Amino acid sequence: MTFALEIKNLCKSFGGIKVTQDVSFSVKPGERRLIIGPNGAGKTTLFNQISGELKPDSGSIKVFGEDLTFQPVHRRAHAGVSRTYQIITLFPKDTLLHNVVLSLLGVSNRRFQAFSPLTVNDELFEKAESILDSVGLTGSGHLAAGEISYGEQRRVEIAVAMAQSPRLLLLDEPLAGLSQDERIIVRDLVAALPKTTTIVMIEHDMDVALAFAEQIAVLHYGSLIVEGDRETVVNHPRTREVYLGH
Amino acid sequence: MNRIGILLGLVFLALLPLVSGEYFVNLGSQILIAVIFASSLNLLVGYAGLTSLGHASYLGLSAYISAWLSIKMGLDHSVTAPAALLLTTLIGMVFGWIALRATGLGFLMLTLALSQIVWGLGYRWVSVTNGDNGLSGLTRPHPFGIDLDISNNFYWFVLIITCACIYMIHVMIRSPFGASIRGTRDQARRMSALGFNVWAIRWTTFVIASFIGAVAGLMYVYFHKYIHPSVMAITVSAEALLCVIAGGSGTLVGPLLGAFVVVVLKNYASAYVERWNMLLGLVFLFIVIFMPAGLVSAVAVWKDRFKSGSKT
Repeated sequence: MTFALEIKNLCKSFGGIKVTQDVSFSVKPGERRLIIGPNGAGKTTLFNQISGELKPDSGSIKVFGEDLTFQPVHRRAHAGVSRTYQIITLFPKDTLLHNVVLSLLGVSNRRFQAFSPLTVNDELFEKAESILDSVGLTGSGHLAAGEISYGEQRRVEIAVAMAQSPRLLLLDEPLAGLSQDERIIVRDLVAALPKTTTIVMIEHDMDVALAFAEQIAVLHYGSLIVEGDRETVVNHPRTREVYLGH
Repeated sequence: MNRIGILLGLVFLALLPLVSGEYFVNLGSQILIAVIFASSLNLLVGYAGLTSLGHASYLGLSAYISAWLSIKMGLDHSVTAPAALLLTTLIGMVFGWIALRATGLGFLMLTLALSQIVWGLGYRWVSVTNGDNGLSGLTRPHPFGIDLDISNNFYWFVLIITCACIYMIHVMIRSPFGASIRGTRDQARRMSALGFNVWAIRWTTFVIASFIGAVAGLMYVYFHKYIHPSVMAITVSAEALLCVIAGGSGTLVGPLLGAFVVVVLKNYASAYVERWNMLLGLVFLFIVIFMPAGLVSAVAVWKDRFKSGSKT
């Protein structure tokens, strides 16, 4: 079978520090995969290699059978990879609608259009509006992304990523810094994402993370130490040792 | 409302030569040339967020190429103009490819270095550029039999070219491609992740900016009928940057206001004060401190005040 994401023997060092050590794992289409590990375990570094912002030293990354190991970042979006950032990375001066429209443009050939106004593309704006609806931001499309609350910005992050109808979505700590109420909103939002999108998520909130994940991988000092379903991983002595701390 | 304003402004500009003397008409032509030049730089600085300190290269290269082809090769304006635009744009492609290995300060230094090379060649490659003596004895073209040696005709000619350039920039900026240019300025990392080829977007913008800069160079050499290496000096690049920032970078009107203020100040102040550069510096300081987003933002604030004032 073709895996949604297949990582083989991935290695990456910064100077003498090995941040990714021979990591291999595969994610099935439609799967919800969680990556956990203490701070500095190399989770975000792993994400940056999957999304292409960092080049691995060795190993390979395949998405739906396509080898993306050395493809530039923008090509990966066209291969169906989308991501959110741990630190909000939106266009703060632009409206929410514009943020989502840019995302839609990114995977549309209309992005090369230089002679007609952006605003004549009604269907792009309508689609963007419906995507904002789907993350509970109905009627907020005209607000600037920098003016809305942090929790709402998190939701726009997800809207921007989902606008591209990705086959593989990488969520980097989507709940980071949210209040309890906002956590519930974003958690439900992530849970409701369509199964046509395979999701790999980094998350520290164990309650939410464990409820969400079907398969879990534990990273520690750049190595994958435990992998398996919820029960296996939670009950594994190594997990308790490095992550749960008892 | 807005359209009527633009139309009235255009009518005013078009009628100017009928009511003012030759001095003002020539000053107007110089302002318009500075407007084209500043607007081309604004594409890079304002919309793409790439601060260049070497934009005078394109003005100078296009002026020199056109002058050289006409003096040394004896070619007609109908050949020299497109050749100058084409060659300058090609050089812009290469320079852009080199300079865009970096962004931010690195980009600024690379554009400066490249323009210093061009400037040095202008002074030293005497067999081609005639060095410090410059190239003189040039003529203005006669499009459709219209004599551009008449100041009024030349002013109208430059006015049409200026409008065409600004319209071109306007169309491009509000297009999807324009949105992606601004996107690479505000959040380059996200733009890549969204599937945009950030490097290609920046490079294309760079090339278009050098093309419009070349248009300004043609107008410049037609106006002065003389070209000297000093036109490619860092001060010319810096002055254009001053026009953009003082007027309001990343806006269509900003470089217009900036170019107007800078050229007028230069012409008037230099008549009374020997060190008019100092005055220019002071004005720039004033603008940066009291209206950091440029004259355009200040005008907008006054407009708001006026509106709210008239309501109460």
